[in-house]
Amino acid sequence: MSIRVGDAAEAPSFPRAARALLGNTQLRQNVRRATEVIRNRRARVVGELSDWEQLRQAGHEIKQHTLQYLDFYLEQFEEACTRAGGQVHWARDADEANAIILSILGARQAREVIKVKTMTSDEIGLNHALEAAGITPYETDLADLIVQLGDDRPSHIVVPALHRNRMEVRDIFLRKMHLRELGDKPEDLTNAARAYLREKFLRVGVAISGANFAVAETGSVCVVESEGNGRMCVSLPEVLITLVGIEKVIPRFEDLEVFLQTLPRSATGERMNPYNSIWTGIVPGDGPQEFHVVLLDNGRTKVLADTESRETLDCIRCGACLNACPVYRQTGGHAYGSMYSGPIGAILTPQLQSLEHSESLPYASSLCGACYEVCPVKINIPEILLHLRAKVTAAGDAPFEERVGMEAAAFVFEDPDMLALAQKLSRIAQKPFERDGVIRHLPGMLSGWTAFRDLTPIPKQSFREWWNERESQRGDQ
Amino acid sequence: MQISLFITCYNDTLFPETGKAVVRVLERLGHEIEFRPAQTCCGQMHYNTGYPHEAASMMRRFLEVFRDAGAICIPSSSCVATIRDHYPKMAAATGDGAMIGEVDALLSRIFEFSELLIDKLGVTDVGAFFPHAVTLHPSCHSLRSLHVGAKPRQLLESVRELRLLDLHDADECCGFGGTFAVKNADVSAAMLSDKMRCILESGAEVCTALDNSCLMHIQGGLARQRSGVRCMHLAEILASTEAGDSR
Repeated sequence: MSIRVGDAAEAPSFPRAARALLGNTQLRQNVRRATEVIRNRRARVVGELSDWEQLRQAGHEIKQHTLQYLDFYLEQFEEACTRAGGQVHWARDADEANAIILSILGARQAREVIKVKTMTSDEIGLNHALEAAGITPYETDLADLIVQLGDDRPSHIVVPALHRNRMEVRDIFLRKMHLRELGDKPEDLTNAARAYLREKFLRVGVAISGANFAVAETGSVCVVESEGNGRMCVSLPEVLITLVGIEKVIPRFEDLEVFLQTLPRSATGERMNPYNSIWTGIVPGDGPQEFHVVLLDNGRTKVLADTESRETLDCIRCGACLNACPVYRQTGGHAYGSMYSGPIGAILTPQLQSLEHSESLPYASSLCGACYEVCPVKINIPEILLHLRAKVTAAGDAPFEERVGMEAAAFVFEDPDMLALAQKLSRIAQKPFERDGVIRHLPGMLSGWTAFRDLTPIPKQSFREWWNERESQRGDQ
Repeated sequence: MQISLFITCYNDTLFPETGKAVVRVLERLGHEIEFRPAQTCCGQMHYNTGYPHEAASMMRRFLEVFRDAGAICIPSSSCVATIRDHYPKMAAATGDGAMIGEVDALLSRIFEFSELLIDKLGVTDVGAFFPHAVTLHPSCHSLRSLHVGAKPRQLLESVRELRLLDLHDADECCGFGGTFAVKNADVSAAMLSDKMRCILESGAEVCTALDNSCLMHIQGGLARQRSGVRCMHLAEILASTEAGDSR
């Protein structure tokens, strides 16, 4: 099996990557501004729905039900999609998915493909596989295009170029589109992208898309977007290949009623997406005449098997947890080692890939709970982070110093006399570090604290000592 | 009313003044406080860092110590959150039916300090006097786990001579997060820097909260900057009176 989540297996640890990113003030400004705009917009449109909590609950229940009977719904989807003229392929992992897609392209002798809205293709490293086979992929979602032309990595699951500002985008377009001049107004940039992309839309005969939902009952596939580039990708070319993670299936067409309300409001703060494309198989003489769906596992059944964290697969990739997360908003998405960033990335990547390659991710959270609060399908992310942390320590992967410290503390907390003794000993142990009533330097792991913060020394008398003293004085009276 | 105090290991060791303040406020209101010396820690640090087995044995001790206690006051919302949010799951994981029942019987007796005053004792004015400009950091657990809402504000608004100032981006995490502050020290410091900027902009001379863990973090940053703003647990503000017996 070659389960792969982008380059997550080779990525530096979260704290290391974050440290480097924290020094990039421009990136931090861009991330901060963009997330603030989306958060405020989301809060406004979520606030106007009186049944928001019911919608969240409904979304959660639909997803949980689907996951429980996933085998049934996947086969139902396959049957319905096939009946409508689509061809369904099953891919166990990244390599299988890439091989399936390459063989479809090979049969058409395609040298170029247009792509849209497929984070899952980043997950399996499809662009590398295409390029290695001499096929040029063109990203057509505006933000994905900015990332591709900038030789960059996506930093957000909905707004992949959120870390770039207008001026940076202008420079990238100017350089990569070989333009002589270009303004930095939104219209200038959009016009440049339009001219660049239209030519591809009209020329390239094969498209690869992702999917937001796959409806089991009808075999339909749904993609929502803001630009219309997705609509062109899924309607103009002769051949369309849609890569779908198996968790994207939903039972009935009417289930879209819930998600098409919660997704746009959570993702971009819109009441409805400007473009909602839903298609079923092929229609002779209209749109693609060859339609393939690649159903991808790539670690998802592993996540499914763990009932404690299964709800990770409820995710509809709205990105609300990223915008709400105070950790993400400091670093942007590049610190998370894959295209799945923020709180959801911190639980998804380690579960899909493997914990040993991303053991720092479950700790990339202060457990403030903001992610859970905004999640439109009620994934209890903090709870799953804790579940994964327990797995890290159970595998013996926690730092030595931490393990010893935790074991010692657990031993001390077994016995109040031991705790009282430990309090006394700590007062003595802190003496060498104390100067003028303040501790400014501590060794080892604790230096992380004193690098940025002072520490008030442990007071001379603990609460329990004070209480005992008071009780004995009272007894004397 | 007889109230049992779970002081928390953190307050016991690092912030005894908060414990004394809780005792002073509750005794002033005519209640009888007991402190069971066999208590140690709720298990939060272990549970949150990935050591659920160690945490479970602390839960066992907690259940034993407070089995026959009435109302239990805990001046720390993150410890209350550990008990409310995680004890049921921890007990269920042991498969011990008796323990599951004990946790169930415990939860209705657990009160964070502001919850105890307002929900259980029905007071908002505890007779405090505190002639200072104060801002409130609504800690993440108090906000998103306990949902204390306006309770701490109500208590502060009833303190004589206290000027309560708004805090911008109040519901943002301060970046403490227990071992997060050490394991992800850089990001934690960046978050703290935002929080401190808001506190300083508020014009307050005192920042208060229901959690000394957050306050130790914020205080550590403010002191490093020699900012001239100090942190105090809500209980210590409520313990202050015109007679000056705050300490």
